Amino acid sequence: MMRYSFFIGCQIPSRVPQYETAARAVLKNFGVELADIRQFNCCGYPMRNVDKKAFLLSSVKNLALSENQGLDMLVLCNCCFGALKNAEHIMAEKGPLQDEVLGKIREMGLNYQGKTRIRHYLSVLYHDTGIAAIKKQVHKTYKELNIAVQYGCHALRPSSVTQFDDPVAPSLFDELVAATGAKSVDWTNKLECCGAPLMGTNDALSADLFSRKREAAIKAEADFFCTSCPYCQIQFDTVQQMLVEDSAGQKALPSILFPQLLGLSMNIDPQTLGLGANKLDISKIESYLSKDKE
Amino acid sequence: MLAVIFSAKIVRLLQAFVLDVLLQRKILKESVLRWAMHMLIFWGFILLLFMHALGRIVTDALFSNYEPTLNPYFFLRDLFGLMVLAGVVVAVIRRFFLKIPRLMTSSMDKYAIGILAVIILSGFLLSGVKITSKTEFSDMAEEYAGWLSQEELRALESYWVSDQGLVSSDVTRPFAADVLDQGKQAHESYCAYCHAPAKSAFASYSTGKILSPAAGAMDRAGFVGILWYIHFLSCFIGLAYLPFSKMLHIFSTPITIMANAVMDEKKSKPENVATRQIIELDACTHCCTCSLYCSAMMGYEARQNTYILPSEKIAPLKALAAGRDLNEAETRAIVEGIYLCTNCDRCTVVCPSGINLRQLWLNARERLLQQGPAEPLVLSQLSFVRGLNRKKTPADIYPLPLEKADNAVSAKYRPLLDPDRSIDLTPPAGGQQPTSGFENTFSYCFGCQNCSTVCPVVGNYEDPQEQLGLLPHQIMCSLGLGLTETAMGAKMIWDCLTCYQCQEHCPQNVNVTDILYELKYMAVAGVDEGRQNHDQAGGLR
Repeated sequence: MMRYSFFIGCQIPSRVPQYETAARAVLKNFGVELADIRQFNCCGYPMRNVDKKAFLLSSVKNLALSENQGLDMLVLCNCCFGALKNAEHIMAEKGPLQDEVLGKIREMGLNYQGKTRIRHYLSVLYHDTGIAAIKKQVHKTYKELNIAVQYGCHALRPSSVTQFDDPVAPSLFDELVAATGAKSVDWTNKLECCGAPLMGTNDALSADLFSRKREAAIKAEADFFCTSCPYCQIQFDTVQQMLVEDSAGQKALPSILFPQLLGLSMNIDPQTLGLGANKLDISKIESYLSKDKE
Repeated sequence: MLAVIFSAKIVRLLQAFVLDVLLQRKILKESVLRWAMHMLIFWGFILLLFMHALGRIVTDALFSNYEPTLNPYFFLRDLFGLMVLAGVVVAVIRRFFLKIPRLMTSSMDKYAIGILAVIILSGFLLSGVKITSKTEFSDMAEEYAGWLSQEELRALESYWVSDQGLVSSDVTRPFAADVLDQGKQAHESYCAYCHAPAKSAFASYSTGKILSPAAGAMDRAGFVGILWYIHFLSCFIGLAYLPFSKMLHIFSTPITIMANAVMDEKKSKPENVATRQIIELDACTHCCTCSLYCSAMMGYEARQNTYILPSEKIAPLKALAAGRDLNEAETRAIVEGIYLCTNCDRCTVVCPSGINLRQLWLNARERLLQQGPAEPLVLSQLSFVRGLNRKKTPADIYPLPLEKADNAVSAKYRPLLDPDRSIDLTPPAGGQQPTSGFENTFSYCFGCQNCSTVCPVVGNYEDPQEQLGLLPHQIMCSLGLGLTETAMGAKMIWDCLTCYQCQEHCPQNVNVTDILYELKYMAVAGVDEGRQNHDQAGGLR
């Protein structure tokens, strides 16, 4: 039995709750047990631009909480994953800021030694569960469904820190999508940023970066984006909806969260997967599903 | 309102009333100790109010045989009082001894605990002293048994001293059995029909017993009257000050809980939402549950600005709502406090008073950003949610806080980017080079421009240098030349996506993205330093 502390961060509970419910439902089928630690706080990512201490303190406190329970951490959000990984990397070196952070953590009655392994949701599925076990649970496969996977920056890079996959030619996400029978299409801009980090600080640039991605995905004849990060998902779903509303004649390319895509093929009911919670309608996805395997 | 009562919503309303108001299940979910504390105070006080303070009005109307000195009322008064007292003791322990992190105690919390303690303790002391008081006994004996003979009265007094806690120097122990018997008979004939045994008011009786060595002196000094005044005055002070204290939550919190149970933000009239929000400010009991679970709590630990904690934001927001002006330092602190929020909504989920804190922050935030000083935090990813909600702000004023922040952070470095400016390349004394925590990897840069080539931000523009000031490789080059401030003025550092493409593709292992982070820290630190100098120069009121 695999057991992890479950780190969902801030965006998922408030804006993408379907990611959590879908991920939980899928993991349950693979016997992954999740421990909820209520004292978890922000990973520090949104403060990282302006306050290194606040970023490190936030990340390290979460890691220490998980470590003190002897649990590795399962993270759903790429940005949380990246922040935690970067914090771990920074803390591995000595310095006055590191000492200050450790001091504060100790004041809270916690201890940080860097023992907790930080795992991304997709990595756990790929490495721990394995493609073969996933295929066994796939009861219906997708036929003629083209998916544009969005790896997301903060999982992939810097690869020496995140150690997620090959940063130039990653395949983990593509293989996971292929396990459901869907085709992961090749598209330019596949490894580029979704634009979310500049949302709110440079909206025009953020929108431009997203629009390029959409054009590339449509050109590659993708039917859906597929994401594994709430920021990417909000950008592809909520923000895309805003952009489509603003400019007449634009075609939306809806985005599905990976556990939603996988969950449907595993016969988990659409309600649990929160298909209806997406802003752009993704109900069409069910029409690509084949009949139950014999 | 009527529409709610005559609809299916009445079920939700009743459910909220029973589970969240009467049984306070949200507090139970947080901590059993806290729930026990609040239930003891809440139920103890409510029952005391109706049965004891308003006994003649409420209890009399419900129970025909009501008499405050008869059981069960005599016993229950003490029980309810003891419940409140136990709750107050737990509150004191929680606030002052348990050292719960981020449980802030304000003067308002101390007042609330203090006034409850004074009301209850003076009550117990009053009834304890009354039990021992000879004067009280004599008055009662005269009124209800005035026709008894001297001998019978002495027998009654002996019986009261022996059995009812009275302290009297007129009769002396040991009492003969027949005297006590006679006294008991007199008691049963004239007293017992409307006076239960003093022992049934167990707490008051014990208080009387403890005080009995001093009872004679206290009686002569008129302590019954003094304590009566203290008890009544503290009750009336509590009542009169209630609207200005956190005790107002007795009314505002149930209203908030029930309103939020049935109100739909999207369908409700804006003026109704505004009214509810004003009530919500008073519904906060400063229990600090929100701050215990605040996602941004480490931001508070790092910056030590208490306004970052949600529970501490209510007071300044209340002041602003009342039209009071905050001074410069407070304004700056509340702007930072309200912006250092990850919008995770956890405060709203855990608030036992059911306050829609999320909405409160959203509404206050934009106003404070527009009117307040420049806030460098708006240049961080904390702005994500502001971006999502941008349509709620008029398009012409939406960019202003961003421009203000950019100006505060970068304005003084911008002239350095002028291409016609001559560059002084003599190394500065002491070194302008970034040092603390700064990876010096930029010195490996050999100018291949890979970083700028793969940067999606650079790639987005026809004229990237005009838009971004300096491109990533130029920033690395500037740093190599010791032109750190020039690099800090480049818009590129704030338009960086932190996607790490540059760093990943650098053949020289320059940590380009991490260096951009450090430049941002230095630029923001410049704002803080500027403000400190300004404050020291007497810029603060």
